Amino acid sequence: MKWAALGVFIIFFLFVTVLGFFAARWRKGDLSHLEEWGLAGRRFGTLITWFLVGGDLYTAYTFIAVPALMYGAGALGFYAVPYTIVVYPIFFMILPRFWSVAKKHGYVTASDFVQGRFGDKLLALAIALTGIVATMPYIALQLTGMQAVLAAMGIGGEWPLIVAFIILALYTYTSGLRAPAMIAVVKDLMIYITAIVAIIVLPIKLGGFSHIFHSAQTALAGTTPPGAFVATPAQYSVYGTLAFGSALALFLYPHAMTGVFSANSRNTVKRNMALLPAYSFALGIIALLGFMALAAGIHTKTTSAAVPLLFIKEFPGWFAGFAFAAIAIGAIVPAAIMSIAAANLFTRNIYRAYFVTSATPQQEARVAKVVSLIVKLGALVFIIGFPQQYAISMQQVGGILVLQTLPALIFGLYTRWFHRRALLLGWLAGILYGIYMWATTGYKSTTYVLHLFGQSIPAYAAIWALILNIVVTVVFTLVFNAVKLGRGEDKTAAADYHVEASV
Amino acid sequence: MERATSKKKGSPWWYLLILVPLIGTLFPAFYASVSPELWGIPFFYWYQMLWVIISSIVTAIMYWMLKES
Repeated sequence: MKWAALGVFIIFFLFVTVLGFFAARWRKGDLSHLEEWGLAGRRFGTLITWFLVGGDLYTAYTFIAVPALMYGAGALGFYAVPYTIVVYPIFFMILPRFWSVAKKHGYVTASDFVQGRFGDKLLALAIALTGIVATMPYIALQLTGMQAVLAAMGIGGEWPLIVAFIILALYTYTSGLRAPAMIAVVKDLMIYITAIVAIIVLPIKLGGFSHIFHSAQTALAGTTPPGAFVATPAQYSVYGTLAFGSALALFLYPHAMTGVFSANSRNTVKRNMALLPAYSFALGIIALLGFMALAAGIHTKTTSAAVPLLFIKEFPGWFAGFAFAAIAIGAIVPAAIMSIAAANLFTRNIYRAYFVTSATPQQEARVAKVVSLIVKLGALVFIIGFPQQYAISMQQVGGILVLQTLPALIFGLYTRWFHRRALLLGWLAGILYGIYMWATTGYKSTTYVLHLFGQSIPAYAAIWALILNIVVTVVFTLVFNAVKLGRGEDKTAAADYHVEASV
Repeated sequence: MERATSKKKGSPWWYLLILVPLIGTLFPAFYASVSPELWGIPFFYWYQMLWVIISSIVTAIMYWMLKES
């Protein structure tokens, strides 16, 4: 048991727990109302949105899963850097439209938009279910990250996860989106301190960058299968498609959408797309911790343990405890937002759409609170049900699913040419093909080799599935339009996509 | 609650700038090499870190050029 680390860890963890409950009083609103509980009343300005969306996107994925892939497989893990480079310019173009139409019509979820735009309950249901299911492996990834730091301090087994789960569940339940937004500020400060200290201290202790990279190169050559020091030609298409596919998927996740919708203005969203890359630099540094673990001679079969063990080995106990608290809080913030987002989806697009059409905002909030608990339980089941060598594959699996909502959501923002039923068929084809590809690897990898025109092209399965999805959508749109199948009612107008708002 | 629909100041052609980081980073064939190293960091790694900065600048340019009045 690492007592010094554990002591500091517990102090910080208790501090943010108190903060989580206290958050209910912050920017007071009626928390028995879904828009207040689930979107904090859409009142967050540039700075809080920056922390919230950053807290949303930079998670245990960043601190545990990415360096773990670097540690175990080498250069491929660095795809996370181009992923976070291309994501902001792309969504700079798209998200302001989304925010405007959501504000104008009071949409809380992406699925609300689909319902309004295409007037199709079934398509809206498909989008909602995809969001909920895709979120579960992502929350599971957060719990894996928490498990990794706890294990490094000598606390093994399943019970610490259950404790963390209960704490998280309770303050999400009471405070809604305000809790993770407030904690995200603390979390980010801790993460930045950890990253800056690590990038200064570790190279000094490990003999400089040159030595770190050379040791990593040697260590990678000795692993089975050998890791690549820089991407190999066989990896090019995988590297590029993983980065591109993950980027396109990022803001389709319900939790990212929640962060964006809670912003107070269109301009806040735009400004954030220009400011968020500040995190990407930290991400690159943290990714390299995987190589530093190799250089420090860390040996572990559990790749998620690489960074925690590195900190235990190279830092005094109290600092390791601080860093672990940063990682654990960095897992709990997004897990909270993710479960809130999934709960919003269920409440709006399943409960209210299919079961109690006349639900009051109070009933909605009550249902959402309970569902946020169930979603976290689902994530626990996912960890136990699908053991993965690399935690990162959990995020990639979620990406395969959530990317299939792109035609309805993103194309839908620009055009209504696509037929609602064709979008549904395209979605179905993409989901089934994506799961099929994942299954052919024995649920181990999200890379699929497609044999096309005599060539073998390996790529992220999400991209292959999306291509099929788009082809199916286009073909059936032509068919359905030709036979004049009903198109559903569009409740939005062209001007709605540019609405600015004053608060 | 809403103000009048905002008017775009800049030309939408500025959006084409998003292609710059996409082309610069999504094709590792262009940069998957060890040399030239910088402070002992292989090209593959520092090149991509450099693009974090370039991409931020590109997005900032789009922000200013497409600012809504």
